[in-house]
Amino acid sequence: MKLYNPPSPLETKVVSKRFGMENSWKLDTYLATGGFEGFKKAMGMSSDEIINEVKASSLRGRGGAGFPTGMKWGFVPRNTDAPKYIVVNADESEPGTCKDRLLMEHDPYLLIEGILIAAKAVGASKGWIYIRGEYRYLVDHVDDVLKEAYQRGYMGKNIAGTGFDFELYTQIGAGAYECGEESALLESLEGKRGVPRIRPPFPAVSGAFQAPTVLNNVETFCAVPDILCNGGKWFADLGTPKNGGTRMVCLAGHVNKPGVYEVPLGMNMMYFINELGGGMRGGKKMKALIPGGSSCPLLRADECDIAMDYDSMAKAGTMLGSGGMMVMDEDTDMVKVALRIMRFYKHESCGWCIPCREGTTWLQKMLARIVDGNGAVRDIDLIGDLAKNMLGRTFCPLGDAAAMPTISIVEKFRPEFEAYVAKNPFAASELVQVA
Amino acid sequence: MVKLTINEMAVEAPAGMLLIDAAKLAGIEIPAFCYYEGMALQAACRMCLVEIEKAPKLMAACVVTVAEGMVVRTEAPAVVKARKTTLEFLLTNHPLDCPVCDKGGECELQDMVFKYGVGESRYTEVKVHVPEKQWSPVVFYDGPRCILCYRCVRVCGEGMGVGALGVVNRGVFSEIAPSHGDHLECDECGACIDICPVGALTSGAYRYKTRPWEMEHVGTICTHCSNGCKTTLGVRTNEIVRGNNRDRSGLNGEFLCVKGRYAFDFNHHPERLQTPLLKVNGKLEEVSWSRALQAVVEKFKTGGKTGVVGSTRISNEEAYLLQKFARTALNTNNIDHHRSGDVVTLLDSLSGKAATLGTADDCYNTKAVLIIGADLSQQQPFLANQIRANYRHHKAGVYVATPGAVREDKIGKAAVRTTDSDWLTGVESMREKLKGETELLVLFGDAVKGAGVSKLVEFGESLGIPVKYICLVDYANSRGAMDMGLLPDLGPGYHGVEPGLSLPEMMAATDLDLLWVVGANPLRRHSFSSENAFVVVQDMFLTETAQRADVVLPAASAYEKNGTVTNVCGQVQRLKKAVETVGAKTDLTIIGLIARAMGVNLGKVDADAVFAEIQKTVRGYNVPLPVIVTGGAAQTMPVNGRVSSTVLPELIQSSRDTLFTTGTLTRYSKILNEVMEAPGGLYR
Repeated sequence: MKLYNPPSPLETKVVSKRFGMENSWKLDTYLATGGFEGFKKAMGMSSDEIINEVKASSLRGRGGAGFPTGMKWGFVPRNTDAPKYIVVNADESEPGTCKDRLLMEHDPYLLIEGILIAAKAVGASKGWIYIRGEYRYLVDHVDDVLKEAYQRGYMGKNIAGTGFDFELYTQIGAGAYECGEESALLESLEGKRGVPRIRPPFPAVSGAFQAPTVLNNVETFCAVPDILCNGGKWFADLGTPKNGGTRMVCLAGHVNKPGVYEVPLGMNMMYFINELGGGMRGGKKMKALIPGGSSCPLLRADECDIAMDYDSMAKAGTMLGSGGMMVMDEDTDMVKVALRIMRFYKHESCGWCIPCREGTTWLQKMLARIVDGNGAVRDIDLIGDLAKNMLGRTFCPLGDAAAMPTISIVEKFRPEFEAYVAKNPFAASELVQVA
Repeated sequence: MVKLTINEMAVEAPAGMLLIDAAKLAGIEIPAFCYYEGMALQAACRMCLVEIEKAPKLMAACVVTVAEGMVVRTEAPAVVKARKTTLEFLLTNHPLDCPVCDKGGECELQDMVFKYGVGESRYTEVKVHVPEKQWSPVVFYDGPRCILCYRCVRVCGEGMGVGALGVVNRGVFSEIAPSHGDHLECDECGACIDICPVGALTSGAYRYKTRPWEMEHVGTICTHCSNGCKTTLGVRTNEIVRGNNRDRSGLNGEFLCVKGRYAFDFNHHPERLQTPLLKVNGKLEEVSWSRALQAVVEKFKTGGKTGVVGSTRISNEEAYLLQKFARTALNTNNIDHHRSGDVVTLLDSLSGKAATLGTADDCYNTKAVLIIGADLSQQQPFLANQIRANYRHHKAGVYVATPGAVREDKIGKAAVRTTDSDWLTGVESMREKLKGETELLVLFGDAVKGAGVSKLVEFGESLGIPVKYICLVDYANSRGAMDMGLLPDLGPGYHGVEPGLSLPEMMAATDLDLLWVVGANPLRRHSFSSENAFVVVQDMFLTETAQRADVVLPAASAYEKNGTVTNVCGQVQRLKKAVETVGAKTDLTIIGLIARAMGVNLGKVDADAVFAEIQKTVRGYNVPLPVIVTGGAAQTMPVNGRVSSTVLPELIQSSRDTLFTTGTLTRYSKILNEVMEAPGGLYR
């Protein structure tokens, strides 16, 4: 198991601090480097104290949605006989995202410690790490780690002699992006079709097997041990107000030094691309980028001089998302990018609701036709119209995730579409209005 | 109550009600495909999106509960656009099959597009297409037409408790799939077909036969089992082409089993008798009505030892008139029918007790139900459905004491296996649990008869909670046959009479001069020992008994007559004539003709007049006529008092029917036979 890239001195390594150490995934390495100190500290704290510490850190979900983690844990009901569960979203299917696999490969005990702290905070007794089907190799690796943990008394009964009991299992998915959506993940975990649930109720109240469940991304759990050790305020101060801590950004595309880098929230995006990413390769100019996974609206090169944190990105009309940053140079064909993105969403649409199932299919077929050279002028406006007809109407955010990048590409790179259409001798006329 | 505003109108709705239902209260229709009352919420079709003030985006009205001060707009421009565009999306892959699709004219998608949709589609890509599939003789699935509303999956799973349909594949390639990959092994009830809003699921029996507006729809009562389901028959040029209950009238709402929905085709089976037959030199020959009736009347006037076997599927009026004629004109009390449940002893045992008879409604509302010795899903499907819905909606306590595994085991608080000879031990073993209930409804089959019924009622009394009883019987008018006095020792309303021969005794007798069989086939099970008897049979087909007859008179089916029938719970409902007979006459007419030829005055011989007499003379049948005439069900009052009977319990025998068999009629249903021969066994 190798790392993609050598570390950069400009990184702030919190969750990735053990990357590159020899046998970083082994328990002895973990213990020798301060492992399980956070958990032991949590054993001496009350549920409220732990949750308040996490709230103070302003840690937000690192899977893409960015929901405040402490608040989520606070929703789990206290006075109930129901068992409580922890579920780790290791479904990492957002295009461009490849950080959770690194965490599970190179520092799995950090994840385990984060899970245990969450379990202590809400009173959970059992948990599952839901790993996407495409990460088959990783399930074996995590199972080996769990075996070691159980054998050495760091999982199961009386963990590390603290008297705390917890059972942790891996669960493999079967190749569905939608199962990264929290309620669809729970359905898949329960052995049913991976279609999302009606919410409310939310997983914190009714989750796995209708029991209160804390469901967070791998990286989110991994941030928790250090928060407990060094304090929530310490974590918050690493970033910007309300956007605390660091996050792993998966830099890909036409840069000199693609790789996964952990940076503090609030770092300037151009600084990140130029200083850590080594700037554009081959001396080309940047045209556009996908900031945090393909579900975000794209940014033009001139829109990228912004801080990388949840609020600033939202203000710029996009999202921090899952950290999957894909940088595109001036030679990139944006129409093909739009098609590639839509092909993904059409393939992954679970089919539950009409707008997403039919909308993604229609858009994909239309974009394919345009790329093939059979597009018409009216198709260009139709793309935006159809995508807007999906936005906000679907059962789950996948519809929005398909619509938003498409709308941004058509709006920001319209001339490229017009160029494709101009090549078609049979290009027709105006759009037919719907309403 | 919660106060909210919908379309600037003040609306009050009970707390916890869904917005879509609250709007309906106010007379505002919010369109939806996947929302269906009584079944799990889906919020999948997105047609019901409405604008709610302060909500960031349009919300699905089928999953939002009303809140105090909520302001809702169902016709806001954003909502109108959303509906149009959602329908536009839906039509992208929906084939333009209207000209050849059976659903045309009744299709909810057609209706929605006319009301809320765009006139022109902008879709110019290739549609996703898969070929149509046939999953059973009566179920076809057309994937391209399917709008994935999942109603069929839910009605089969939650509604019927069978769960033979599921969803496979993903995204735009999602499809409904049957339990066995390429075919269904299920109850073949056809609920999925009727609930499908479009023509994705269509009936193999109705396929390409007609358009809905070319049919006349007649609501009558299914003529098979005893549950008394209303079935609306679609009739085209005097032929019944389909049955369903989409108007939700009658006791059964939309429920129908395979027999109510499909097994009407016996009615026009080519072997239906249409001309009277007379045995000449040992062979049955076709003769005219006057010749046949002449032969009958001659023999009836001669008299002698006479036996009369009545029917469990003729109307109350016909049963009443038959026993009246037999008792007064033929001077005999040798009258009986195929008895399948010991209603008589139950009535006797309940005399003076607080416990009473139960109704179909009780099956849905009582807090606890005990089932003894009956496989309800096979034999009493409507009652089974009520109990299942009771469990699903009200978490009723279900207790099962049956010889074999039954579907109710899965929803039962307790299920024990018993034998027919000893069911009481099993029931006793559940005593403590039953005592913990607040009320109980007991349904029992023919394992409980004679003294057993009294023991059961004693057991019920000892629980110290209110108990109701339903004695299960087999056929469409088994209760009517008993209430009308087709019994050797009891007349109409269970008044005692001088006892005559029972059915087995009539069969075993060697000295009968005359045997008159109306709508029954006793020679299928018994051998008839009076070799010299003159046998007159009124029936629809040349059954084993008809073959022995000297005169066979072709009779009409229940779908060809007016009258009333009484279901297993004692509820009287109207039969409405759906088709004209072809040569056959109703049993009522035949009896009237025989009486007139013999100079016997039976009064006015038509269904209404006879029913008026029944109301006046039969105990418990003083029911309000308007209820029946308007298609409702009127509850007969149970007889309150001792009923002494010399009936031997062994004579009571259920025919242990299944979903695909109920006596003679179903043997002649091509559809049922096809379904039985299809791959796989009966769903258990």
